[in-house]
Amino acid sequence: MKELSLFLGCLIPNRYPGIEKATKLVLDRLDIKWSELKEASCCPAPGVFRSFDRTTWLTLASRNLVLAENKNTDILTICNGCFSSLMDANNILKNDETARDEVNTHLKKINMEYKGTIEVRHITEFLYREIGAEKLNHAIEKPLELNVAVHYGCHLMKPTKDRKLGGAECPVFFDELVEALGAVSVPYEGKTSCCGAGGGVRSAMLETSFEMTGYKLTRMKKAGVDCIVNACPFCHMQYDTGQAELAKAGKKYDLPVVHYSQLLGMALGYSPEEVGLHLNEIVNPEFEAKIRLIQKQDLSAV
Amino acid sequence: MKNPEILTCFQCGTCHASCPSGKYTSLNVRKIIRDSTRKDISEEPELWMCTTCYNCQERCPRGIKVTDCVLTLRSEAVKKGIILPAHRKVCAFLIETGHAIPLDEKHNSIREKLGLGMPETVSKYPKALKEVKTLLNSTKFPELVNE
Repeated sequence: MKELSLFLGCLIPNRYPGIEKATKLVLDRLDIKWSELKEASCCPAPGVFRSFDRTTWLTLASRNLVLAENKNTDILTICNGCFSSLMDANNILKNDETARDEVNTHLKKINMEYKGTIEVRHITEFLYREIGAEKLNHAIEKPLELNVAVHYGCHLMKPTKDRKLGGAECPVFFDELVEALGAVSVPYEGKTSCCGAGGGVRSAMLETSFEMTGYKLTRMKKAGVDCIVNACPFCHMQYDTGQAELAKAGKKYDLPVVHYSQLLGMALGYSPEEVGLHLNEIVNPEFEAKIRLIQKQDLSAV
Repeated sequence: MKNPEILTCFQCGTCHASCPSGKYTSLNVRKIIRDSTRKDISEEPELWMCTTCYNCQERCPRGIKVTDCVLTLRSEAVKKGIILPAHRKVCAFLIETGHAIPLDEKHNSIREKLGLGMPETVSKYPKALKEVKTLLNSTKFPELVNE
């Protein structure tokens, strides 16, 4: 297995940098060898750019892939959109000679060449496959006794044929990762349904996208969870800003939104501030107090 | 035809029944698939209501790549200049900054407080941004999306 280059994308460094910080903290703590993928651009986002022009989407994605190829590292993504774009582009370019030749014609203008020598990973599937839920459970210091609504996000699991993470109707791997941190993944209706953000719907039809978000939030709330745990900053933003927006219309949910990197960070003992939880729109002091209380408990006495 | 397998569709409606967007919008994926074999549907606003969640594609009993078809139909519409204003804006961000969502001052100062500094992306490296712009020009993306 190659070392990892961390691919930041757009949303994490530019809107939710706490997730970036949490990711770097947990990778270091778990002794996972990583370095920055310097000079990377937008993946580019699957919703708009893949819809608009396949060649542009493939070409820009190939430049990001080549940056990692030139370092002989795999790419580690922390966003389902980046995972989807880069993995799909990598698969297409590895298997379709015509597409590869076309992309390389463009890349030649910046003295690059796509060769197809690396893999694209997502932090959740990387942790699950390379470390495993059981070992992760042994590595954590503060088991987080929380009831959690797990949201996979569409592009982490689907298309299942390409992702190879099991079925998408009743997936389990992410729940196992969350439960490895001491939390309980609470079942809720519509669990595998979309957050509403993807496909350019959020950018063009914000209110409609929030209706889909409201569907999810209502069911998560009904299940009595302490927080939402996701694997994607786009879903993260949709739940976070969606709640702020829906609250204006009198629908209050107050569900803290937590990226898996942040949850893992807190299970490793980092404070809610250190993983950037306070940078969300939805800040729930009771939830943060609960985390602090868990973190203060001296487990060595147990 | 780029997605000839759609001719095997027998209009069962599993796609539409599985669609999270169709619960709230006029998007009916079954109809999109049917109509696309009969006429030009580039101007249908429903094409842009799909969140690309892939439920329809996963569940299609004929194995039709339904979501991929929607993407193809969208790119046909874009070729005809049918682009929503919000999407044009996202494209302009990409062309200008190499990011769909660029770094702003507010989040730059949050990064500083977190001890992160500038992201190690095209935001920090002008030479890298120039490469991105060269590629976008090479694929004629600005011509495609600019009004």
